[in-house]
Amino acid sequence: MSQSKVIGFAPGGEDTVTIYERSQPGRRAFVAPPIDVPEAPLEELIPQSERRAEAPALPEVSEPEIVRHFNNLSKNNFDLDTGFYPLGSCTMKHNPKVNERVAAFPGHARLHPAQEARYAQGALELMSRLGRALAEVAGLPHVSLQPSAGSHGELAGLLLTRAYHDDRGEPRTKVLTPDTAHGTNPATVRMAGYEVVKVGTAPDGGVDLDDLRRKADGETACLMLTNPNTLGLFDRNISEIARIVHDAGATLYYDGANLNAVMGISRPGDMGFDIVHFNLHKTFSQPHGGGGPGAGPIAVSDRIEPFLPRPQVVEVDPGNGTAPVYDLDLVRPKSIGRLRGFAGNFGVFVRSYAYICSLGGDGLREASDAAVLNANYLKARLAEPGIGEHLPIAFDRPCMHEFVLSGQGARRNLGVKTLDIAKRLLDHRVHPPTVYFPLLVDEAMLIEPTETEPKERLDGFVEAVRAVLEEAAEDPEVARGAPYTTPVRRLDEAGAARRPVVRQPPAGAEPPGDPGDARQVTSGSL
Amino acid sequence: MAAEQSYPEGLLYHPEHDWARLEGEEGTFGITWFAQDSLGEVVFFDPPSVGTQIKKDEPYAEVESVKAVSDVIAPLSGEIVAVNEALGDEPGAVNEDPYGEGWMVRVRLSDPSERDSLLDREAYEQLVQES
Amino acid sequence: MSRYTSITDSDRRAMLETIGAGSLEEVFADIPAEVRLDRDLELPPGMSELEVTEHLSALATRNRSADEEVTFVGAGMYDHYVPALVDSITQRSEFLTPYTPYQPEISQGGLQVMFEFQTAVSELTGLPVANASLYEGPSSVASAGYLAKLENGRGKLVASRGLHPHSRETLSTYARGFGSRVEETPLDERGATDLEALAAAIDDDTSAVFLQQPNFLGTVEEIGPLVEAAKRTGALCVCAVDPLTLGILKPPGEYGVDVAVGEGQTLGNRLDFGGPSFGFYAAAERYLRKMPGRIAGETVDVDGKRGFVLTLQTREQHIRREKATHNICTSQALNALAGMVYLAWLGRRGIVELGELMARRTDYAREALGLEAINPGPVVREFAVRVPDLDRLMESAREDGVNPGYRLGQDYPEYPDGLLVAITERRTRADIDRLARHAAAVRDEVPA
Repeated sequence: MSQSKVIGFAPGGEDTVTIYERSQPGRRAFVAPPIDVPEAPLEELIPQSERRAEAPALPEVSEPEIVRHFNNLSKNNFDLDTGFYPLGSCTMKHNPKVNERVAAFPGHARLHPAQEARYAQGALELMSRLGRALAEVAGLPHVSLQPSAGSHGELAGLLLTRAYHDDRGEPRTKVLTPDTAHGTNPATVRMAGYEVVKVGTAPDGGVDLDDLRRKADGETACLMLTNPNTLGLFDRNISEIARIVHDAGATLYYDGANLNAVMGISRPGDMGFDIVHFNLHKTFSQPHGGGGPGAGPIAVSDRIEPFLPRPQVVEVDPGNGTAPVYDLDLVRPKSIGRLRGFAGNFGVFVRSYAYICSLGGDGLREASDAAVLNANYLKARLAEPGIGEHLPIAFDRPCMHEFVLSGQGARRNLGVKTLDIAKRLLDHRVHPPTVYFPLLVDEAMLIEPTETEPKERLDGFVEAVRAVLEEAAEDPEVARGAPYTTPVRRLDEAGAARRPVVRQPPAGAEPPGDPGDARQVTSGSL
Repeated sequence: MAAEQSYPEGLLYHPEHDWARLEGEEGTFGITWFAQDSLGEVVFFDPPSVGTQIKKDEPYAEVESVKAVSDVIAPLSGEIVAVNEALGDEPGAVNEDPYGEGWMVRVRLSDPSERDSLLDREAYEQLVQES
Repeated sequence: MSRYTSITDSDRRAMLETIGAGSLEEVFADIPAEVRLDRDLELPPGMSELEVTEHLSALATRNRSADEEVTFVGAGMYDHYVPALVDSITQRSEFLTPYTPYQPEISQGGLQVMFEFQTAVSELTGLPVANASLYEGPSSVASAGYLAKLENGRGKLVASRGLHPHSRETLSTYARGFGSRVEETPLDERGATDLEALAAAIDDDTSAVFLQQPNFLGTVEEIGPLVEAAKRTGALCVCAVDPLTLGILKPPGEYGVDVAVGEGQTLGNRLDFGGPSFGFYAAAERYLRKMPGRIAGETVDVDGKRGFVLTLQTREQHIRREKATHNICTSQALNALAGMVYLAWLGRRGIVELGELMARRTDYAREALGLEAINPGPVVREFAVRVPDLDRLMESAREDGVNPGYRLGQDYPEYPDGLLVAITERRTRADIDRLARHAAAVRDEVPA
């Protein structure tokens, strides 16, 4: 099978031996501090009924071998610091290094969350400043930093919506979500106890206004909307949408997943949204971490403010001309209550605050400009002959920070699916776009380059896509069998789901995979 | 190994890509070759309990592939008298033998007249070709 | 000013030409004028990296960190030592900068870490299946409440007041959404869950019962009878546990809980003023297809080589949408990695030794303080006492650089003079003796 044009993935680490398989009784990395108090027998301290009989089978490995184990594992990962990562909807922008440094200051990293406010003034001030900056970007006056991720912010938003309607004595039952929405939206609707009502998409990629008018009624609690939407398009009818939703007495919720397109250009509050969540781990530069951590602060309008989660950071003016002091307000009688422990993912706040300080207001605007310019440039280049006929743009309009191609053409003309193209791109050392989302587009490919990519990287991606398609025209089998140069090749996902092995089998257990034991989950202790 | 495309003679078909094999008062239900092919490799079948009343055109179970979940629609109404327990261990039978080992439930039919609205092989094949 | 971008003026001209636009303004034409921001953002101008560092440093120094005092504060997050090994691995770009492993062929490192992490959580809790992390502790507790709702549809959640106050409140917040109500049951005069009151609260409409071991006051509950009572009417039993005590305390799987959840901060994560850390979630096998969050599974590739994938994804929001078992997407992979590295460092014997050290020092500290115990029964890392003049103790100790603990009265009006004292391997006998001297001062002034 031809692989001649392939650049090749970086060499992987050692073969997949787990840390448990490296374990040898008697090895160790940890040395306990000396016992400096009377060595009371454990039996006297804890009744036998509550004591553990046998130690948990954690690995027994020396420090040098732990280091090698995880370093080798790391080499089986592709990462943003190594190459292009245009994963649509995830805003894989550069992770500034200074953010890691300032987050590690002991005054931040070693601050106990139950420290009294008077000894945590720097942290509370930082949270207050971050909240004000986010409020300005959103165009909404009040912020809660508490939610831990976008989906957590969505849940907060719908619980706020519920509290708002209940407070007015008008409980409602339905939440509208467009059919282009992220899966988190409908999942959140159900968690918040509402019924999902889908709103259609018009031929131009925006919300179908007629469908919205039909469905927005007295039972409608909220419309959840992403703008620009998951097709990367700004909904030109946003003011009319807001009017329809507000006339029905519902709230308008902004899923901030795509905020990176419009910072300093257009603000959700000015579009008429009542509640906004931010994905700090997308728009405001967190280490992506292999899937987190994140934070999903929310900004709200005046009418929603009384219901914000507890605690809230408040700034108190001592009134004697001295600097303001900061506190956590726990007494909020109409609050929906806590969504988590303590006051939020502070370490995430430090990094995003550092990012906002680094860029400033003008820099945030420039970041959005560059994100949109990069996306439109990449879109234009991927429309060139040799590519465009196989991967047509799903909605041919200027896009915002991301855009959707359809792999229909490639499937029809070349006999390769979007999945095959994505897998073959792995051999070219780029991360493929998000595939098969949004669901509305057949064989979808959602591409988000972000502002931190230089033109040469975008051009390199275009050439990689072109090479994959040219190769497929000659021999589609190459893409269908890809990847070839990665640490492992295509994996049997069906087998993994049919017979789930979700932990290391206990020592001495039968190896998994015997069909007689199908679907049985490995259990017991090592 | 996935089966070759086929729509056996003698079965009745529902437009949501389900089949029924009638034997007296009872019917055996499953999903068609077309349905399993669109779904991909089936990894899990969540059967209803025996004794459940099911209603024509409404979902009675879920079938999952790696990246999709699909409702299974009842072609006819009745009460479940048996479920294919073997699919618990071998859900892939739905792909390998959709009309045989991949059957899903057996149902005591409550309204024999409903069968008139189902499609025969020819009509269903026509529908598949158009979709 | 923009940083981290690299578009030059000539790049911009070339790119606009390729796009076929005269200016960037044309590209933004879809945004109607009425929703345009017609001014600059009112934010300070950008700073140099040096200025950013100095500004953040100035803020940081206005906090009193656990490096600047001897802290006995716990209440859910604890001042444990994080070995250098953890930072050196979590700061590797290959772990720091990828996202969720949607393409398993180039994400084997992260996926294998998830698998190893799930194994560790399963081992610690004695339950067969675990996910790859949730946000943090209290929201994991609440997520177990949602599982119970999906499982049995019942309307009541019963929570012992031994459950962390943040967990109880978060559970109530979530429950108002998914349509359950939370009923709290009291602690007894020994600071343990009142078995009779718990049993009395559990009825046929009880969806799940929530316990914590050790409980918020540090009491090691006599857990067996509580779990038995919890399950009498078919409710789920959910137990929040502290993973660092599971070297010495019975794993929840052995006392028959359905779900064990908890806060992972103690496993190699920083205090960070409350986050990010991670939540863990382990369950009996029958909940595998209903669990929230990512799950990694082992499989093979087309050449038969071992590998790992995200599995059972049909539970998740991106596939099942409104029928998903939870809405979570981003979780806490990097923090769970820190947890896994920490557990590998601690090892099979270390987790027992550390548990024993904490239990002995905790016992010593309770004796040394000589204050009236709120929970006189067994404790392993934290205990609650009544302090005759709590304000004075707080003041005098803090002047000496000691933070004596957490004021219980802020969450438990029934213990207005209560102090919750936490012990870790960082709190030496000398530290404890120092706190004891302050305790002696307030104790001796109050006539017996």
